Amino acid sequence: MAAGEFFALLGPNGAGKTTTISILTTTLSPTSGSVRIAGHDIVAHASAVRRSAGIIFQSPSLDLNLTAEENVRFHAVLYGLHPFRPTFSLMPTAYRERVRELADVLGLADDIFRPVRGYSGGMKRKLEIVRSLIHSPRVLVLDEPTTGLDPASRRALWAYLTEERARSGTTLLLTTHYLDEAEQADRICILSRGRVVTLGSPDDIKSDLVERYLLVDADDRRALNAELDARGIVHSAAERGLTRIDVPRAEIHALLKAIETPLTLVQTHAPSLEDAYLSIVERDEGVSIDAGLDDEDEVGHDDEVVDGTDEEDEGAAGTDEEGNTGQDDEDVAGADEDPPERIAER
Amino acid sequence: MNDLHAFTAIAYRDLLKFLRDRPRIVGTLVFPLIFIVILGGAFKTMVDLGYDFQVYVFTGILAQTVWQSSALGLVSLIEDRENDFSQTIFVAPIRRTTIALGKIFGESLVSMAQGIAILFFGLLIGIPMSVDQVLRTLPLVAVASLAGGAVGLVFMANLKSQRAANQIFPFFILPQFFLAGVLNPINELPPYLDLASRLMPLRYVVDGLRGAFYAGMPEYDLTVQASGATNFAINTVIFLVCVVVGTAMFVRRERNR
Repeated sequence: MAAGEFFALLGPNGAGKTTTISILTTTLSPTSGSVRIAGHDIVAHASAVRRSAGIIFQSPSLDLNLTAEENVRFHAVLYGLHPFRPTFSLMPTAYRERVRELADVLGLADDIFRPVRGYSGGMKRKLEIVRSLIHSPRVLVLDEPTTGLDPASRRALWAYLTEERARSGTTLLLTTHYLDEAEQADRICILSRGRVVTLGSPDDIKSDLVERYLLVDADDRRALNAELDARGIVHSAAERGLTRIDVPRAEIHALLKAIETPLTLVQTHAPSLEDAYLSIVERDEGVSIDAGLDDEDEVGHDDEVVDGTDEEDEGAAGTDEEGNTGQDDEDVAGADEDPPERIAER
Repeated sequence: MNDLHAFTAIAYRDLLKFLRDRPRIVGTLVFPLIFIVILGGAFKTMVDLGYDFQVYVFTGILAQTVWQSSALGLVSLIEDRENDFSQTIFVAPIRRTTIALGKIFGESLVSMAQGIAILFFGLLIGIPMSVDQVLRTLPLVAVASLAGGAVGLVFMANLKSQRAANQIFPFFILPQFFLAGVLNPINELPPYLDLASRLMPLRYVVDGLRGAFYAGMPEYDLTVQASGATNFAINTVIFLVCVVVGTAMFVRRERNR
């Protein structure tokens, strides 16, 4: 991972996302491989790694009995930013100003001196993020940060994160089940059962796995089919009697102009990351759910590969669906050494 | 330096939580008072040991309450783990020993506050105490707190849940209670009980506190088993061993969540 990158780690429950993060944040020991964060080895220099990283855990970890300010103060002291003083007014001026600033960002004002217990879920999450950013980490790790938040809170949280990232250039490592969040990432890594299945940009992953195509329909379907055949345009029958045409985006306009049969419906199918994600994970798990033409077609002719690392993994995922322990026997921790190897290395 | 501040912050947090928990403040005082007033008061006139039995119970309960409160207070280790707060502390750039020591000192502050409250209460109900005696006893209240906290670390580090802690703690505390001489004199125990008594960490805390309390008084020889120096040395060793062993166990458990 490059400095300043926004990297998303996806995968079904139990794929090893949290394990990966626990290793990266030094709470679990790796069984093999090595990781460096901001140039520090996670095993040899755990303390330096902890100082360079901020973590938002999957399960909220605020002390509900303390006020928001006390939670932040506790964190600031643990990270060696300020000496500890028993009350807010006795803390150094720099700290007090920073907290006032953060209270503004959170829209909390004096509520920052109230116990966290009374805060809403979204507010708590935001407070955790504010807290984790107070020591200006080079890498911010977010483990399913928006799970359980309502759409408004989710949006507000992401607006804040995006702004904060633009300002400070913090590297983001995200795990999530919300695919639209990962869509913003620079690169995405999909894990399944402890192995890396795919690695690439959201566009790469989408174009790699789910094609764009055009769905058209006409009152006179026979005439339409005949015309397409006559023009040598490859087409196939899709659901609801529609006709599917596989065509690169750049050629859509020319194609539509050329068709003379009056069309009653034109629909472009643009893949979502979710489509891509599901087909990757399903393929890896060897589950052949009834995804119809999509699934089989893809494996068939769609073998453009993003980069070298991908090829290997795709091969593994594709060929040995049943006995994948055979040639590719990376375990959870083993797979972990792959993506995080150069997290924010500078 | 950073670890010192972190240590203070961790300890202060536990004290703060106690101060905000009113039922706990009341609860921690009621139990010892029942023993001192009712049990001590009842036996005061019934048995003649050559010294005031209520004072004997008072000193024993003072040491035991403070020790037990610290030990049981370390349940906050499990509480933090259950609330997922411990993961925040664990990814902070501080030593693991700092976390353990911060916890021990935090709970010790809590139990010292209780100890002082019990001393005041003793004065109120007329336990004869000179200013000098109170000043001599206070440092031993601190020793009892810290020793209890360290033992509590070892006890709690191995348990999975608060429920488990609450269920097992009585089995851990009751033998100590009777073998350490909190209420009952232990100078004439049968050999097997005497041996068991000497294995109880609480014994040295109670005895140390009584040694300070009764120093220079005629009751000293009847109530105190070992010299202050001996008790202090044993308590120090217990503290250090428990901190090292307890920290190791607590770190291991945290890593295998």
